[in-house]
Amino acid sequence: MSKTLFDKIWDAHVVKSVEGGQDVLYIDRHFIHEVTSPQAFDGLRQRNIPVFRTKNTVATADHNVPTLNQHLPINDPLGRFQVEKLTENCNEFGVDLYGLGHRWQGIVHVIGPELGITQPGMTIVCGDSHTSTHGAFGTIAFGIGTSQVEQVLASQCLLLKRPKRMRITVDGELAGGVVSKDIILYIISKLSAAGGTGYFVEYAGSAIRSLSMEARMTICNMSIEMGARGGLIAPDDTTFEYVRGREFAPQGADFEAAVAKWRTLFSDPDAVFDKEYHYKAEDIAPMVTYGTNPGMGIPVTASVPTAPAEGDSVASFEKSLGYMGFTPGEQILGKKISHVFIGSCTNSRIEDLRLAAKFVQGKQKAPHVSAMIVPGSKQVEAQAKAEGLDKIFTAAGFEFREPGCSACLGMNEDKVPAGEYCVSTSNRNFEGRQGPGARTILASPLTAVAAAVAGEIVDVRNN
Amino acid sequence: MFEIIDVIKKMEKFTHIVSTAVPLPIEDVDTDQIIPARFLKATTREGFGKNLFCDWRYNADGSPKSDFVLNNPTYSGKILVAGKNFGCGSSREHAAWALTDYGFKVVVSSFFADIFRGNALNNGLLPVQVSPAFLHEMFTAIEADPQTKFIVSLEHQTIAIPGTEREEQFDIDPFRKVCMLNGYDDIDFLLSLKDEIEQFEQGKEVLNEKAVA
Repeated sequence: MSKTLFDKIWDAHVVKSVEGGQDVLYIDRHFIHEVTSPQAFDGLRQRNIPVFRTKNTVATADHNVPTLNQHLPINDPLGRFQVEKLTENCNEFGVDLYGLGHRWQGIVHVIGPELGITQPGMTIVCGDSHTSTHGAFGTIAFGIGTSQVEQVLASQCLLLKRPKRMRITVDGELAGGVVSKDIILYIISKLSAAGGTGYFVEYAGSAIRSLSMEARMTICNMSIEMGARGGLIAPDDTTFEYVRGREFAPQGADFEAAVAKWRTLFSDPDAVFDKEYHYKAEDIAPMVTYGTNPGMGIPVTASVPTAPAEGDSVASFEKSLGYMGFTPGEQILGKKISHVFIGSCTNSRIEDLRLAAKFVQGKQKAPHVSAMIVPGSKQVEAQAKAEGLDKIFTAAGFEFREPGCSACLGMNEDKVPAGEYCVSTSNRNFEGRQGPGARTILASPLTAVAAAVAGEIVDVRNN
Repeated sequence: MFEIIDVIKKMEKFTHIVSTAVPLPIEDVDTDQIIPARFLKATTREGFGKNLFCDWRYNADGSPKSDFVLNNPTYSGKILVAGKNFGCGSSREHAAWALTDYGFKVVVSSFFADIFRGNALNNGLLPVQVSPAFLHEMFTAIEADPQTKFIVSLEHQTIAIPGTEREEQFDIDPFRKVCMLNGYDDIDFLLSLKDEIEQFEQGKEVLNEKAVA
């Protein structure tokens, strides 16, 4: 019988089906971090049970770590306590931790792929909604709540209802200045912040196939921003070459055997999806958001809409524009901004930093702009330094920080002041996401770096 | 059906609720609004209620914003009624903990985000999805009389507006329903499958194991 890629992987992980329509799904890899795990470890302690499979579990500290002076104790006592708690829990339960000070530390969705822990055909979970990132390797990867973190720690399984399947096909060639972040912001603007709820998305088409692994991760990362639990891309030679030789990837003959198996991971030609969407890469322009959810995106050259999208209320639309300080019909182009953040699990990989550095080389940020580059991991940081990217950024007036989630969610000191505009390569423009009152404009690394230089929103295609 | 699950009772049992409701007619309420990230540094499940909707509820100096519904004494109750796509965004279970810690037992919306729905059910907070028309009628009923007491029956999967003929059925996964009605949680069920899980692992092709650093 014809199957989608999603169903092939799901079916291979069903331990048993339970009456009432739920499956007991086996989880191959479980990533944990300091914020959503302490209560789960407490649950294990209360039950007096161990972590069922420590070999399937990896931890790092990323959400509330500082991005300056990581060698010093964390200033914020609550943040410090939480990070220390993670270390204690990992020691007590025998879980590998690549925490602060470790050469592999970084944002959980950056380190999994770069260490080769993430491999095609796996089921992967983490107490973080951007776990969908790992879907770029042809995995079923999704975010879970803390009760489910506890379930996976206790049993390596989850009880789940199989989601519906959606395929989004993007064919054609991207115009210059348009990158993968623009593709996903475009898709979310078409489907809305809820358009994918209940579905698992497969991204397909020639425009997707032509993307690097870093670019594919950016796409899958934001699947949750349209409500989809996850998104995946069938693995191909680009995927296998990325995985080859990485720390935890199969080596030698094992790798070749794995690749032979991974080559069976695709949706059969006549597999049926519950919903399908088709887009043309040529229709996609550099995108920015104007509102307070990622579905509120427009081409950078467009004006702020004058009415809410179909089915949305006027009150919520007006509340959103009021928060952002935008008026209906206003041009986004030329809007003065004061902060730029390049980082987060969406866009903090070496390719993102190279793209930004190439643009900024020989230029200066605008004097009124505070611009920050936060690499996704210690390895990205080291690679950027080896290539001299850090010097390009600092010469242009940018700050080059140490790895972490940083200003994506402002759990550490990296916050945007109330009322100020930040062009951010992160994934969420929710009210207060980057700090109370902060106004976030989501964009690609290219659009963000161009805004830092110009001091306002510009069309990178003209720069 | 559902063999084994009468092992433990972790959550509070949920059968039915009769309560006034708090209206929040805003769409796409994300979990960053329900509980902002800066409050996620706690390492226990308790105490999040005081920061529920913090940035909508309080000014920067900590004084209450008089125009936010939780600060309006006219409205109270165990039911929160919100616009569509409630709970979108981050997977933080702290959002469900904040709502239950504040005292809510039910959230009504015309659409819920997936992860939030699961987190709510795992914490004895019932997400009731109604039609957009019914949601509108609920807002209207609360506006007309903030003392309107709605009747939510988990057993019958119904929500009713008293004084009217209006009642609607809502869906809930049968397994989740049994768990909510009895206060069961998933972990004991999964632990009871240990042998089957180990058997499954043996039959599975061995993936390259993650080595220790």
